[in-house]
Amino acid sequence: MPLDAIANIATAGLLTGLVYGLSALGLSAIFGVTRIVNFAHGELMVIGMYGALLLFQHFGLAPLWAIPIVGAALFAIGYALQAGLVNRLLHAPEHMQFLLMAALAIMLVALCLMAFGPNAQNVTLESAYDSVEIGVLILDAHRVYAGIAAIAVAGLLFVFFRYHPLGKAIRACADNLTGAAVVGLNVKRLFALTFGIGSACIGAAGCIILMLVDVHPYLANTYTLLAFVVVIIGGMGSLSGALLGGLLVGVSEALAGLLLQPSLKSMFSFGLLILVLILRPEGLLGRRS
Amino acid sequence: MSGARLEVRDLSKSFRGLKAVRNASFEVPAGEIVGLIGPNGAGKTTIFNLIAGVMAADSGTVTLDGHSLAGLRPDQVCRAGVGRTFQIVKPFAGLSVQRNVVIAALNLAPDIDAAERRAVEILDRLGLKPKRHQLAGALTLPERKRLEVARALATGPRLLLLDEVMAGLRPTEVDVMVGVFKELNASLGITILLIEHVMRAVMALSRHIVVLHHGEIIADGTPEAVTRHPKVLESYLGEEALG
Amino acid sequence: MIGRLLGEAGTRARIALGLAALVLLAAPAMVDDYLLTVLTQSLFFAYLGQSWNVMMGFAGLLSLGHAMFVGLGAYVAGALFVHFGLPPVIGLFPAMALAALVGAAIGFLGFRFSIQGVYFALLTIAFAEFIRILFDHFTWVGGSSGLFIPVDNRTVNDLVHLRGTPEMFYYLALGLSVAALALSRLLLAGRLGHRWLAIREDQEAAQALGIDVFRAKMAAVVLSAAMTSLGGVFYAFYFNNMFPEQIFNINLSIELLLGPIIGGLGTLIGPILGAFVLTPLSELLSALTERHALIGIKHFVYGLCVVLIVVFLPGGLWPWIARRLGLDRPPGDGT
Repeated sequence: MPLDAIANIATAGLLTGLVYGLSALGLSAIFGVTRIVNFAHGELMVIGMYGALLLFQHFGLAPLWAIPIVGAALFAIGYALQAGLVNRLLHAPEHMQFLLMAALAIMLVALCLMAFGPNAQNVTLESAYDSVEIGVLILDAHRVYAGIAAIAVAGLLFVFFRYHPLGKAIRACADNLTGAAVVGLNVKRLFALTFGIGSACIGAAGCIILMLVDVHPYLANTYTLLAFVVVIIGGMGSLSGALLGGLLVGVSEALAGLLLQPSLKSMFSFGLLILVLILRPEGLLGRRS
Repeated sequence: MSGARLEVRDLSKSFRGLKAVRNASFEVPAGEIVGLIGPNGAGKTTIFNLIAGVMAADSGTVTLDGHSLAGLRPDQVCRAGVGRTFQIVKPFAGLSVQRNVVIAALNLAPDIDAAERRAVEILDRLGLKPKRHQLAGALTLPERKRLEVARALATGPRLLLLDEVMAGLRPTEVDVMVGVFKELNASLGITILLIEHVMRAVMALSRHIVVLHHGEIIADGTPEAVTRHPKVLESYLGEEALG
Repeated sequence: MIGRLLGEAGTRARIALGLAALVLLAAPAMVDDYLLTVLTQSLFFAYLGQSWNVMMGFAGLLSLGHAMFVGLGAYVAGALFVHFGLPPVIGLFPAMALAALVGAAIGFLGFRFSIQGVYFALLTIAFAEFIRILFDHFTWVGGSSGLFIPVDNRTVNDLVHLRGTPEMFYYLALGLSVAALALSRLLLAGRLGHRWLAIREDQEAAQALGIDVFRAKMAAVVLSAAMTSLGGVFYAFYFNNMFPEQIFNINLSIELLLGPIIGGLGTLIGPILGAFVLTPLSELLSALTERHALIGIKHFVYGLCVVLIVVFLPGGLWPWIARRLGLDRPPGDGT
C-alpha cells in the first residue's frame, strides 16, 4: 500500500474524527455536569441531520449554514427534555435515568420513522466532487469543510465554558453540586441549559455529518454507540478527551476500513472500548474518582 | 460464642501523602469493651476500615486471636469473626427489616429457617421485632442505627466494631443502647471496639480507652486515667465534652 | 418442593395463581391461530424478561446486551442442527454452555476491574455489538444473510427436534416461563437470592456481612446468560430464521427488558405481566395502524409506556396491582 494513500485515508479519518469528537462533546458535557448518560444521543444527532435536510430541501440552505438554526432548535429540545422530564429523575437510581433516556431514544427514532420513512436521504450539493490538495494529500472538500466547522463549533463551546459567566456557573455545578446549590445557583436550570447546549452541539455535528453521510432513522443507534466509544475512550465528562477520542476513533476506523473489510471497522471500535473500560475506565483524559 | 482478642501493631496508612494513621498499636483483650476516641479526622474510621479489610495498610499488622487478617477481603474478615457497622448507616432500604438481618445471619446459619430464627431473636434483643416486616428504608434514624447493629450481630462476630452507633440518638436512647451492649458483652462475651463521640456512652461502656489524634495514639488507659491525661484534655476533650 | 414454591403466598394469591394457570393451560383450545401466536410471543418475551430480571432485578446488574445471549443460543443450537443434524434437545446444552462462558467472561472482566453501574451496562453493549459484527462475517452460519432452519410443517409434535404445531410451541413457551418463575422463586427464597438482594441494595454493606460479592455476581451473570440462551434456542426453532442484524441488535436487548421494567423490576410476576401488556399492545397497534403504514408507532408507544412508568410508577405495574388486589406479602421483599 503506497504511503500517501495511507496518509490520505488517515487524514480523512482525522477530519471525520473531528465531527465524531464534536458530537461526543455534547454527550460528554451533559454527563460531566448532570451525570446523566444521554442514551438518546444518536437520536438527537439524527434529528439534527433531518433538520439540516429539511432546510436544504425547502430553502436550499447548505448544511453548514443550517448549523445556527438547527443548533437553536436542538437547544430548545434539549432544554425542554431536561427541564420537563429528566430533572424529575435527578435522584432516581442510575438505571432508571438510563432507562428514561433509552425510552426517549426509542420514541425519537419512531418519530423520525413516522415523519421521514426508513429510506436513506441526502443533500446533493454541487461542491460534492470538489477536492482540496495539500502536498501529497488530496481530500474531499466537504470533509475539509466538515473538519473546520467541527473545530469552530467546538472552539465556541470551549470559549463559552471558560469565559462566559453561565459557562463558569455550569462548571461550578459539575465540580461541586452541593456547593453550587449552597451559593445560590439554580442547579436545575443550569442542568437544563447544559442539556440544551450539549444538544445544540450534537445538532451542529448532525448538520456537519450530513455532508458526508446519508441520513436514515436507524443511524441513531450507530451514532449513540459511536459517541459512547469516543467519550469512554476520552474520559466521560472531559471535553478535550471527547475531541481526542473522536480523532482516535476516526483515524482507527479509517485505517481499519483500509486494512480489514470496511464492515469490520466498528468491531475495532468496540474492541477498543472494551479494552479502555477494563484498563482505564475513567478514560484517557478522565479524572480518577 | 466467645470473644476474640484483637491486636493492632504499628499500623500505618497514608492517603496521597497524608498520614491518616501512623504507627498505631493497641489491643482489645478477649471479652473486653474498648473505646476509640478522638476528634474528627483523627483516623478512627480508617483504623476500622483497615481492620475490616476495606483497604490495605501500608505497614503494620492486625491479628485476631493471633491469626493475621492481612490481605483478607471484607467478606473474609467478616467470616473470620469480625462484625462491623458503618458510620453512615447502610440499610438494605428496599428490603424488610427482617430480611436485612436474615441476610447477615446467613453468614453462619446453615439454612434460611435457622437464619430467620436467629434474625427474629436478634431483632427482639434490639427492640426492632415489632417493625420487622417494615421496609428498612422506612425506619427512623435511631432505628436504622439499631438495625445496623442487629445486622453486624447476626453475622455471629467474636469482635464487634461499632462506628458511632450512638450519634444522633437522644440520651434515653443512648442509655438503651448502652444496656444492649453491656448485656451482649456479658451474656455472649463478645469483644467490642467502639468509635464514639458520645462520651456518656464511652464512659459507661469502656473498661479501656484509646485516644487517637492526627493518626497517632496519644493516650491509652482506663477511662479515669485517660480523661485526666493532659494531652487528651488539650487536644480533644477540652472542657465541654465530659458531660 | 411445592410447599417451598408457594411459600408464604396467601390464599388470595394462591387462588389468583391457580386461575391464571387454568386460563393459560386452556388458552389454545379457546383462541384462533393468530391469538395463539400473540400469546406464544408474549410468553417468549416473558421468559426473556424473567431471565434478564435475574441479573438486574435480583442482583442489580444492568445488562443492555442480553440480545447476545439470545443470539448465541439460537445460533449454536441452530447451526448444530443445520450442519450436523444435532437435535436441539441436545444442542441446547452447548448453546447454554457458550452463553454462560461469554457471560462469565463479561462478569470476570467487569467485576475484577470494578466496572460498575452505567459503565458495566456499556461493557455489555460493547460485547453484544462485537459479537454481532463477528456473526455478520461468520460465513459458516450464513454471515449477514442469516441462518435458516428448514421449515417442516408437521402435524405430529416432535419435542426432540422442536418441530410441530403452534400449540406445541405455545406449551413450550409456557413451560419455559413457568420453569423460570419456579427457579426465580426458589433462588430468591434461598441463600444465593438473599446475597443478590443484598448486593443490589448496597454492595459495600453486603460485603461487610460476609458475602463474597464477586462470586455472587458471577453466579447471576452466568445463570442469566444461560437462561436467556435457552430462550434463543426456542427463538431459532420457532421463527426458523435468524440474522445477526436482528438477533444481536441492541433493540432486542432493550425490548426484552421493557417487560420487567413495566411489570415491576425484581418481582417474580412483573416480567410476565409486562410481556403480556406489551406484546398484545404492540400487536394491537400494528393492526390499528396497518392501513396508514405508520411503521414507527409501535416503538413510539413502547417508549411512551416506559417513560410513563419510569416517571409515575417506578416500581412497575405488579406491586401496584398486587397491593390493590390484596395479593402482596409483607412489603419490601420484592416478590
